[in-house]
Amino acid sequence: MNNNIELMMGNEAIGQGLIEAGCQVAVAYPGTPSTEILQAVIDRRDQAIEPLHLEWSVNEKIAFEVALAASYTGKRSVAVMKQVGLNVAADPFMRTAYLGVKGGMLTIVADDPGPHSSQNEQDTRLFCLQARVPVLDPSSPAEAKEFVEPAFELSEKYETNIVLRPTTRICHSRQNVAISDTITLKRDANFVPDTPRWSATPAFLPALHKKLNANLEKIALEPNWKPRLTPGDGNKPRTALVAAGIAYSNLVDVLEELGLKDKIDLYQVLMPYPLNPNFSSDLDKKYDHILILEETYPVIELQLTHSGIVGKQNGAVPREGELTPDVIHQALADFLNLTPPEEKPEERRGQRPSLCPGCSHRSAFYSIKKCFPKGIYPSDIGCYTLGLNLGAVHTVHCMGACISQGAGFYQAYQQNEEDFPTIVVTIGDSTFFHSGIPALINAVIQQARIIVVILDNATTAMTGGQPVPHMGIAAGGKATKAVSIEPLVKASGVSFIETCDPYDNVRFETLLKQADSHIRSPEGGVAVLIAQHGCIMDPATRKAQDSFFVTINDSCIGCRICTDKFECQAFSMDEENNMAIINQDRCIGCGTCVPVCPVNAIIKEKKS
Amino acid sequence: MKQQIIVSGIGGQGVLFLTRVIAQVAVNRRTAVLTSETHGMAQRGGTVLSTIKIGDFSSPLIRTGQADLGLLLWEENLPVHQSLLKDQGQWIINSPNKSDHISIDAANIARNLGNAVLLNLVLLGAAIREEALIYTAEECETAIKQLAPKKFIEQNLAAFHKGLNKTED
Repeated sequence: MNNNIELMMGNEAIGQGLIEAGCQVAVAYPGTPSTEILQAVIDRRDQAIEPLHLEWSVNEKIAFEVALAASYTGKRSVAVMKQVGLNVAADPFMRTAYLGVKGGMLTIVADDPGPHSSQNEQDTRLFCLQARVPVLDPSSPAEAKEFVEPAFELSEKYETNIVLRPTTRICHSRQNVAISDTITLKRDANFVPDTPRWSATPAFLPALHKKLNANLEKIALEPNWKPRLTPGDGNKPRTALVAAGIAYSNLVDVLEELGLKDKIDLYQVLMPYPLNPNFSSDLDKKYDHILILEETYPVIELQLTHSGIVGKQNGAVPREGELTPDVIHQALADFLNLTPPEEKPEERRGQRPSLCPGCSHRSAFYSIKKCFPKGIYPSDIGCYTLGLNLGAVHTVHCMGACISQGAGFYQAYQQNEEDFPTIVVTIGDSTFFHSGIPALINAVIQQARIIVVILDNATTAMTGGQPVPHMGIAAGGKATKAVSIEPLVKASGVSFIETCDPYDNVRFETLLKQADSHIRSPEGGVAVLIAQHGCIMDPATRKAQDSFFVTINDSCIGCRICTDKFECQAFSMDEENNMAIINQDRCIGCGTCVPVCPVNAIIKEKKS
Repeated sequence: MKQQIIVSGIGGQGVLFLTRVIAQVAVNRRTAVLTSETHGMAQRGGTVLSTIKIGDFSSPLIRTGQADLGLLLWEENLPVHQSLLKDQGQWIINSPNKSDHISIDAANIARNLGNAVLLNLVLLGAAIREEALIYTAEECETAIKQLAPKKFIEQNLAAFHKGLNKTED
């Protein structure tokens, strides 16, 4: 037995757990807060005893389907995604509930209450309730890892997909985590055709549905996953606290700080769906008052019928945002009639995030805004969402939506009598592969007259640089075939395609104007510009480009274009002298700001 | 011994690395530790906050008025995260200006060492010098050696020592 203790992030702990449990096919699409799970499996792959397939898939639906088929062969597999990724994978996910799996299959879906880095704070546990898929809700990084192997066992026992749902505060927390030995399963791939099941037509579905429901009843009673009770000392009779996930851990610490530890009956719900029916009836029999704390939606609450429940449904617990220790303190004080916490000073917002100094997206957005000041700018999910700061992003919806939104804007505007505005869509390379391609084909065949700028920085930047299909590199740095963007765009029926480095603002702006002429010409349709420049976070990009010493001379007129419109983090205003100043700690010397200054006050000199 | 610490800065300043070093010392001591960190969008130059709880805790998050120590890498964050500290809690601030708190011009010291990002470890050195952290310098050095990429270990230790043995320079 290996008793090593390591400081691990929740996502690393889960990744380590996957390897130890003999998972052989691990597939993901990156997305905060889930990304480091597959990355940890990649980093720790040497610990795997048996062959291990690692894959950054093109999107979450594909990831799920790859992991699913691997499970059909009897192997243990996992698909990893963030909460909104499950929306993309919803179609195969829903049907899998009926058809089931063979080898253990986990779907790890990281939720983001807050939200910190997501377009909503949807609750995967509620998704599971609607999909009828069991879901586990760990309360710490160490517990998330402890859940992995028994979750595979549960999956195999009932031949059902199991969801493990960590949240941001589990994913991105670190803790002392024990490393265990890796188990060996010695399973060869062995797919046994079973047409009524794997290809179930409607005729077979009622029986499969019935089996699913029967399984759920049994899973709800699984002794290892029943709610855990920490009994109180009896001084608070007929009162109970029920919590799940990180809210449980937050509650434990607040109870300790208030001197209430082990004074009130406290339940931790490990599996919020399907909820153990004995737990529900125990609550009915033993308690009059019950406080329920869970993130983000009232999923446990929805499954209970007790009339004395205090929680999200009656508004006692906030229905939005994280259940932080402060929020829990307030809810607990209200529930137990304790001294209320001191009024919290109004929350001050810190510095907003911004594109990195030297990021080529900044140059692209600045040029787009300059060429089409009255344009409409649909954009998408990624670092380039931060084009918001430059006023060059008008809509951000979900992965891949920008091209179809651009087309939709066009279809609506072309009905007006006056000429339509220039619609400039911006989409990152990874997002383009994820779900931009069908949208591009659709825009072409519907003859939308829009400009699509593919911001190609050769990586999935926002999540820390996962490989993209056109670079010829797969998970773990393995060489693979490269699928280029330009021929894909061409094959989608686009006749205007140009590629340009947005650092070259003169050429980029010329091409933007040519694209605008094209979309307005009789034979015009979708125009695509591929804006190519490596992500500045990649040391190779920095190494390959010139670095200048950039300064501001006395001719600065304090117009704030560089600070506000170009919005580079390295610039700030010296309000006293009404001049822009450059923070040399943050400036990377790219020189892209030079053409932005109307009075040529920004000077770049070659570094010696 | 329990201690609750916050590390506040902006994305790119090395808040995560400093958080890991402090937590690693706890692990080396075989003490329980929990941290929470900011990842994702906010890391792009926005305000980031880490919390570190050393000792017997369940949650990584810190309630208002419960932190013993705040390490502030970006001075402008003070009004944002001030309320997390206890009344008798201690701030150690990267700042060229004198204030009621302990301040050290860590950015400048780091710049003189050749890299502004090293200010995180200058600040850690200052925290040890002020006995604000329940650790020894040797323990921190061990953790830095464990976590820093090999070619940066010397530079990282130099920054730590500058904070630890700060002279008015």
